[in-house]
Amino acid sequence: MPIWLQRQKYLIDFTLSSLLRRRGKNAGLLLVYTLIVFVLASVMLFTHALRNEAVHVLANAPEIVLQRMVAGRHDLVPAAYLDRIGEIRGVQKKAGRLWGYFYDPAVRANYTLMVPATEPPASGDAVIGAGIARSRGLAVGDFVTWRGSDGQPRTLRVARLLDGDSELVSSDLVLVAEDFFRGFFGIPAGQYTDLALSVRNPREVRKIAEKLALLLPDTRPILREEILRTYDAIFAWRQGIVYVLLIGAVLAFVVFAWDKASGLSAEERREIGILKAVGWETGDVIRMKFWEGAIVSLTAFLLGHLAAYVHVFFADAALFEPVLKGWAVLYPHFQLTPTIDGLQLATLFFFTVFPYTVATIVPIWRAAITDPDTVMR
Amino acid sequence: MCKTDRFLWLLGTLALATLLTFAHAGLRAHGASPRLAASAGLVRDLGLTDLALFTEARYTRHLTQADLHTAFQDHPLAFEHFPSGTLHAPPPHLRLPHADLAATTEVPD
Repeated sequence: MPIWLQRQKYLIDFTLSSLLRRRGKNAGLLLVYTLIVFVLASVMLFTHALRNEAVHVLANAPEIVLQRMVAGRHDLVPAAYLDRIGEIRGVQKKAGRLWGYFYDPAVRANYTLMVPATEPPASGDAVIGAGIARSRGLAVGDFVTWRGSDGQPRTLRVARLLDGDSELVSSDLVLVAEDFFRGFFGIPAGQYTDLALSVRNPREVRKIAEKLALLLPDTRPILREEILRTYDAIFAWRQGIVYVLLIGAVLAFVVFAWDKASGLSAEERREIGILKAVGWETGDVIRMKFWEGAIVSLTAFLLGHLAAYVHVFFADAALFEPVLKGWAVLYPHFQLTPTIDGLQLATLFFFTVFPYTVATIVPIWRAAITDPDTVMR
Repeated sequence: MCKTDRFLWLLGTLALATLLTFAHAGLRAHGASPRLAASAGLVRDLGLTDLALFTEARYTRHLTQADLHTAFQDHPLAFEHFPSGTLHAPPPHLRLPHADLAATTEVPD
């Protein structure tokens, strides 16, 4: 083994013995350090996975959704708008969407009623999301009765349940036939909730949105990229909120770690004095303390990251779930797909391992360059 | 085996386990693709725009389709009363330090 490596090995050996001499104090530091990394890494992993899931799933959302605004509120869109949009070059497909909300007093939750463009259920039949089936205890073949906008009760038969795998987007969905939807909400024929457009060339989407705003000034186009950006911003905001809530704990740790790393105890000063007196060079003392900082911070980082990974992807982030996920009566059950952002992990590494290691070296350098006799006194 | 060797073994094991989390994430992502494909397919077929995460109100269920001032949707100066609403960021234009009038004036300043 090269002499340099051998030397480092002996230094680490000495450092470990030194750390073990103050066992309780260093174990406490390692535990708190690991906990801080664990909390920060858990939030980071959870929000990144949720953001990734949202972006992946919503990548197929309509390229443009066109809403009609009347007095600042959404209004129904006349079917004639579809003909007028036909004049805009580049719009490949256009269709009216029929969807709306229904508040079910039985479970105190909002459902999203929708008419699918393809393969709609037969009139009087419904295809329901797994969240509704769970909260109302419904199964295929069951009947459910709701009061329509005219006050008349209307009965639907559950023809099928939506795939549980898609619960993240379909938990509260009720798919019904067009005639049922129009009758239930009292929406006349020739009116839609909004319009969904697909554009041939993705680079033309913004231009087409501008043309739509000019051609139909009472409408508001919502682009797919805005949808994706919204979800990206939500989870980034949530991550930020949790970090802000944690800032007190993180600062307390920083003060604690800084004090531990930079303030030398009398015992440590004496140790350095003895080391210098028995012939250690200043460089050796600094290297020894570097290893002390690196051993503690690297171990805490690795342990914290591993614990966070298990917490988020094996225990469903049980500790932070209510804050990070939010809540709802019909909250979907979903398992997050693990994803790790290498850059985020590297940033966490830099901000946890690096400062502590540096903080241990600076005061040691000051103590190590002074006369051993003075240090020991 | 000296202390250093034991420690290096421990550190190596932890580092290896950390690397394995990347491998595990890759494998699980591969395994989850049918589930994601099911959701993505439903989004495409039904033309969905939002995740069904916050179903308590219309402007939290379809965040991207909500009115521009969703926080004041119920009445002017209404406080937001859903947790998801309080955790949702204010619109970007409200976070600007000054009003952006450049795009709305025809005559330059």
